[in-house]
Amino acid sequence: MNFRIRVLLAKIGMDGHDRGARVVAGALREAGMEVIYTGPWQTVDQVTKAALQEDVDVIGISSLSYDHVLVPGLIENLRRHGADDILVIVGGIIPDDDVRMLEEAGVARVFHPGTKMSEIVEFISRAVSDRRKKAI
Amino acid sequence: MDNEKLRTAEKKWRQEYLKTLQKLPGRREEFKNASGITLKPLYTPLDLEGFDYLEKLGYPCEFPYTRGIYPGMYRTRTWSKRMLVGYEGPEHYNRRQREMLARGQTAINFLPCNTFFRGYDVDQVEKELVGTCGTPVNILEDMAIAFEGIPLEEISVSFNDSGPFTGVAMLFALARERGVPLDRLKGTTSQSDFISHFSGGCNMYFRLSLEGHLRMFVDHVKFCTQKVPSWHPVSIIGQHFQDSGATPVQSLAFTLASGIFYVDQLIRSGLNVDSFAPRLSFFFAASVSLFEEVAKFRAGRRMWAKIMRDRFGAKDHRSMQFRFHVQSQGSDLTRQQPLNNITRVCIQALSAILGGAQSIHTDAYDEAYQTPTEETARIALMTQNIIEEESGVADVIDPLGGSYYLEKLTDETEELAWQYIEKIDQMGGMLESVKKGYVQREIGIAAYEHQKAVDSGRKVVVGVNKYQISEEQEFKLKWGKPDPEEVERHVQRIRSHRRNRDQAGVKAALKAFREAALDKERNLFEATLEAVEKGATHGEIVGEMREMFGYGLPLTEGI
Repeated sequence: MNFRIRVLLAKIGMDGHDRGARVVAGALREAGMEVIYTGPWQTVDQVTKAALQEDVDVIGISSLSYDHVLVPGLIENLRRHGADDILVIVGGIIPDDDVRMLEEAGVARVFHPGTKMSEIVEFISRAVSDRRKKAI
Repeated sequence: MDNEKLRTAEKKWRQEYLKTLQKLPGRREEFKNASGITLKPLYTPLDLEGFDYLEKLGYPCEFPYTRGIYPGMYRTRTWSKRMLVGYEGPEHYNRRQREMLARGQTAINFLPCNTFFRGYDVDQVEKELVGTCGTPVNILEDMAIAFEGIPLEEISVSFNDSGPFTGVAMLFALARERGVPLDRLKGTTSQSDFISHFSGGCNMYFRLSLEGHLRMFVDHVKFCTQKVPSWHPVSIIGQHFQDSGATPVQSLAFTLASGIFYVDQLIRSGLNVDSFAPRLSFFFAASVSLFEEVAKFRAGRRMWAKIMRDRFGAKDHRSMQFRFHVQSQGSDLTRQQPLNNITRVCIQALSAILGGAQSIHTDAYDEAYQTPTEETARIALMTQNIIEEESGVADVIDPLGGSYYLEKLTDETEELAWQYIEKIDQMGGMLESVKKGYVQREIGIAAYEHQKAVDSGRKVVVGVNKYQISEEQEFKLKWGKPDPEEVERHVQRIRSHRRNRDQAGVKAALKAFREAALDKERNLFEATLEAVEKGATHGEIVGEMREMFGYGLPLTEGI
């Protein structure tokens, strides 16, 4: 199996600062992944629906000002829709305490500002390939 | 000075320089600033041959205003210090703001929270999102709490309100309630530049269809021009472009092109250029690239003066003055070794001051993470106080003026910015360029290139890709979070307001608002002000606006 990795990038909640999401979208595309970017202001339901429709391997949530607190709800919603095989990662400004909270909720990795784009690409490639192997 | 003699001397130096380069290679293969301008190792009078002082610089407060827009600049009055303060709710804001005013802050910067910008009241959204990134205000009572004990007739307030200007309306209503005549108010409707929201990659604010935004904008300017003459209803924003990734030259060019669009629209709406242009203002980011930023601000003054005089035929000299607020560039700040941000912000503030800014917001060292805490905001304010009171840079007008390097750089910045403006003109102006995705693409490419340069180490960011320290050595930041009990109190306040207000009055005011929306002869901002005074909430008015004008989506091209 050598399908291209499909990634849904989204911003949920109230904030619209999306320089980070756009730059990461560029890096993932350059690495050969299929990227769907929802734009800002999505709800948990919208992101879940888009992820199912687009049959993605990964959801990347970009957050600048506390919208990351909605991510556990997103993961719960994915579970309810039987989509808990989707890898959820978060990038942006996340307080230290909340990193633990997100990881406990099932976020595979939190990327902080200053992360190299190649680090995100490598993480996704490895994690998705591991998951696909397990699925076979 | 005889140029022949200079040329001989320069040749001699160049030979020595090249010899040195053979022994000691340059630190980099080529030296370019962020805007892509190649920097020479040395600038001399030969770089300014034919430089006409009066034509290029003139005197402060004289065309083309390169040296400053006021005759005395900081000799008579230094810039306004406008800090970002407050999250949680209006009580918190009021306490923090008063503390800052006691510590040397001279003006107010009011930032509502994201729920406000998205057009909601606090009882309409998830509670954990309320007050995380600014102060939520939804009703006149909130504003009265936020500004308790702060004299509106004395202090200039820059209010971040992207429209439909309910926040500014609440502020005006509060002034009336206190018996302060509107013509005594000073301040700015910051964020009224809706183009920058559509295109800046900083899709921050609630938006209507473009048509709706334009209507609101024109009516707001008309109202302020007639009734709040010392208010700046327009702040044309370069900060969004630059913090989204645009280079300083791009952000200058896009901002001036936006300015051209707004002036054009206001003239078309029947206003005389000199009736509103003296109240236009600008808002820029200042990066750590010190000389590049100073050149940007100086070139901006010269270009705007030419645009207003030559393109729009302005006669009033105040119409040609390029007055601007500066925020130190947040995207320069780092999560790693956050105390280093104090140094970065100091350099950014210096560039604004050496560039002749009218108003400055210095970021706190934790502003890369959060809305600043009391302690960090105070340090950022003291940075401005130190520059003003101790460094002496504010003692002489345009102190870098006449530097061979800076004058050359100012010329080159101007030239490049004109090229962008010409291109945008050819596309049909700024709005068309945004609709076509051109501006977003340019910004997206610049942001991506910047990230690649940082990732590869070509662009050094201290603490991020060089001079790193271990996680254990990292400075532990204090996180400031809204107190859930305070947020709850805020939510209960608006609920109780909804129950106890004059329902018939609110209904009538919203009906009048809808009628005004359909009738172009009526002023929509005036209707907003009346609705706010009658007790309508921010969310209700935005709801009406969306119904009348439709909802605009963010433009995601240019990724």
